[in-house]
Amino acid sequence: MDFAFTDEQELLRSQARSFLAERRSLEAVAEREGSFEPGSWQELAELGWTGVSVSEEEGGAGLGFLEEAVIFEELGRVLYPGPYFSTIALALPALAGHAALLQRVAAGELTATLAHAEAAGPRRLADTGGLATEARQDGAAWTLAGEKVLVPDLGSAGTVVVTARSGGGVGLWSVEGGAREPVETMDSTRPYGVLRLDGAPASLLVEPGSGEEALAQIRTRALAALALEAVGVGEAANALAIEHASSREQFGRAIGVYQAVSHSVVDGYVGVELARSLAYWAAWCVAEGDEQAAVAAAAAKAHAAEAAVAACERSIQVHGGIGFTWEHVLHRLYKRAQWIQAFEGFAPVLRREVASALLDVSEEESTELVQQETPVQQEVA
Amino acid sequence: MNLRDTPDEAAFRGELRAWLQDNLPEELRAHRGGAGRFEELGRAWSRKLYDAGYVGLTWPREYGGAGAPYSHQAIFLEELARSEAPQHIGVIGLGMAGPTIIAHGTDEQKSAHLQRILSAEEIWCQGFSEPEAGSDLASLKTRAELDGDAFVVNGQKVWSSFAHIADFCLLLTRTDADPAKHRGLTYLLVDMRSAGVEVRPLRQITGEGEFNEIFFTDVRVPRANVLGEVGSGWGVAMTTLLHERGTLGFALTAALEVAVRKLIALAKERRVDEGLRERVAREWIELQALRYTNYRALTKLMQTGVPGPEGSIAKLHWSESNQRLTKLALEILDTEAQLLDGGGHGEGYWQFQQLRSRGNTIEAGTSEILRNIVAERVLGLPRSR
Repeated sequence: MDFAFTDEQELLRSQARSFLAERRSLEAVAEREGSFEPGSWQELAELGWTGVSVSEEEGGAGLGFLEEAVIFEELGRVLYPGPYFSTIALALPALAGHAALLQRVAAGELTATLAHAEAAGPRRLADTGGLATEARQDGAAWTLAGEKVLVPDLGSAGTVVVTARSGGGVGLWSVEGGAREPVETMDSTRPYGVLRLDGAPASLLVEPGSGEEALAQIRTRALAALALEAVGVGEAANALAIEHASSREQFGRAIGVYQAVSHSVVDGYVGVELARSLAYWAAWCVAEGDEQAAVAAAAAKAHAAEAAVAACERSIQVHGGIGFTWEHVLHRLYKRAQWIQAFEGFAPVLRREVASALLDVSEEESTELVQQETPVQQEVA
Repeated sequence: MNLRDTPDEAAFRGELRAWLQDNLPEELRAHRGGAGRFEELGRAWSRKLYDAGYVGLTWPREYGGAGAPYSHQAIFLEELARSEAPQHIGVIGLGMAGPTIIAHGTDEQKSAHLQRILSAEEIWCQGFSEPEAGSDLASLKTRAELDGDAFVVNGQKVWSSFAHIADFCLLLTRTDADPAKHRGLTYLLVDMRSAGVEVRPLRQITGEGEFNEIFFTDVRVPRANVLGEVGSGWGVAMTTLLHERGTLGFALTAALEVAVRKLIALAKERRVDEGLRERVAREWIELQALRYTNYRALTKLMQTGVPGPEGSIAKLHWSESNQRLTKLALEILDTEAQLLDGGGHGEGYWQFQQLRSRGNTIEAGTSEILRNIVAERVLGLPRSR
């Protein structure tokens, strides 16, 4: 039993933290009104962050999700407004086996996102019912037709991974064309877009018929990534609350001496620490390909999003009027926490999914989930 | 990071599980404690655990412990709870008296008590709280005055678990009326059979009695029974409280795990609606949050030897989770929630658990005090007093 990051992973964290504090701080993000600065992506690539899990032959670092987990959390703390979540969590798994694309992602030359939801069709990655976007094959060439909504970071994406249906079932294709329409979002650091495809040329990524399985894997990874981001967001909100409660004086004393204030700050902190434990657990499950990964990721995202939202709300309250102003950074954290909360469903939706895993199975299976019995480590030779 | 048991941990878990299977008397399984015959059985059971080498796992070998890593203690508590076996009856001795004596005791005190604590020959209780000194422990009034080679103790203690069967008491007394109240306290090891000690049980809202009042009237305690220095009792008491919350998290997780398993069984049996299903799932998620927070703390403890702030977090979270969970169980029982023999999980199981849970946010540090501790010592917020 060893539930800590390795020294190398901790080193990655401290490097990330000092780089971001200097170059991409929360305050700097706020000054730019949360807009994406394309030049920043190349900086991330130079640090090796865009190729963390890409193999060394394909120009990456050949590491795994635990290293990416560190980056997701640290980027969450500063609300990095670039398409890291979209490219690394949503699109990258679909590019597996396509060396040229992986190389470009690792090199920082290509950003990407995933387009799945449809206005009259599925809204969540967990659902493909009613998927209407059509893929047509003409010789070796594919074209796609349909309309996708709720596409994260569509505006900045170099390529878009699109789910569509062909005769063989649901598959995934990449598309560079199509008409893109930005949609304003509460959280300006991660806008959505609408993608209209009218016979746009497409490259096949995941064979028709294998799309659901690929989506399920992407979803688990994305939920874990969002839980980690939420931990970063919540921690940032808590740090601001602690600082304010320690320095702001009223009635001649720092307001943190009043328990109505300090206990609320403690509850924000406790919530995020518990969420951190769940998020790291989910990250480990994803990295290991553990069979509990899907339920762990759903649980972690449900809990962490709520904890981050609550931490932001407590922090706003502790700050008083200043926390309610546009100039203060808190509302930006709050809006990101809410973005995370809404993606793939609010906590009750995810908890109903967890309930199914617990209650609609045999006693043996639910006991396994309750007791978290894991197979024994293999002895290292 | 590796959340699986190491081969060594797995072997320990496997042997322990088999041992519990073979050795746990059926009449002790899922026993909720209390007085009478249980004490007799509890002592015998504790002795059995001791003879099998499962007591004092993390204690140094020189004091009769196993010198094992903390992970073995965590596994022990997990497996004990899973088999619904009672804990060693000397929980105060093992968790509080022993570690405090190891840290501050004289050689004579160590050889007099440590081995006997492990073997359950000595049961201990704690004499800290008083009617006028609860969360504000340092305001305690029980006096100890030196008279020749003994201290003469007068006063009253309260909320003392196991005092009715205890052989010894960890007693915090005032030896100096110094107005700086943290000074002037002295920590005594008191033989409960001394003349002038009287124990009166308190009945709880569950109807059972776990706690007692202890009255001390001119009780003579040999000077050799001072733990630490005269006047340094506050520091010694802090060692006791640190250990109270130290590995507590694992015992709490283990107990909550059993409750969640039973809650899931109840929810399945009663075919609850979507709203209740979601709330059951929430309790499972909160359990895992507690479990993995403990695992993070355990890793840190094994790496650094120093417990992190997670102990206070775990206690806060567990107590509130247990209260919410047991209320949810009664809600699932619906209109039958009042029936003491209608739960299908033993007579009045959920009713007892629900009422008992109200003590969880009070005992071993109220939630308010724990929030103060986290605010001041973990978050560095200014002191509130």
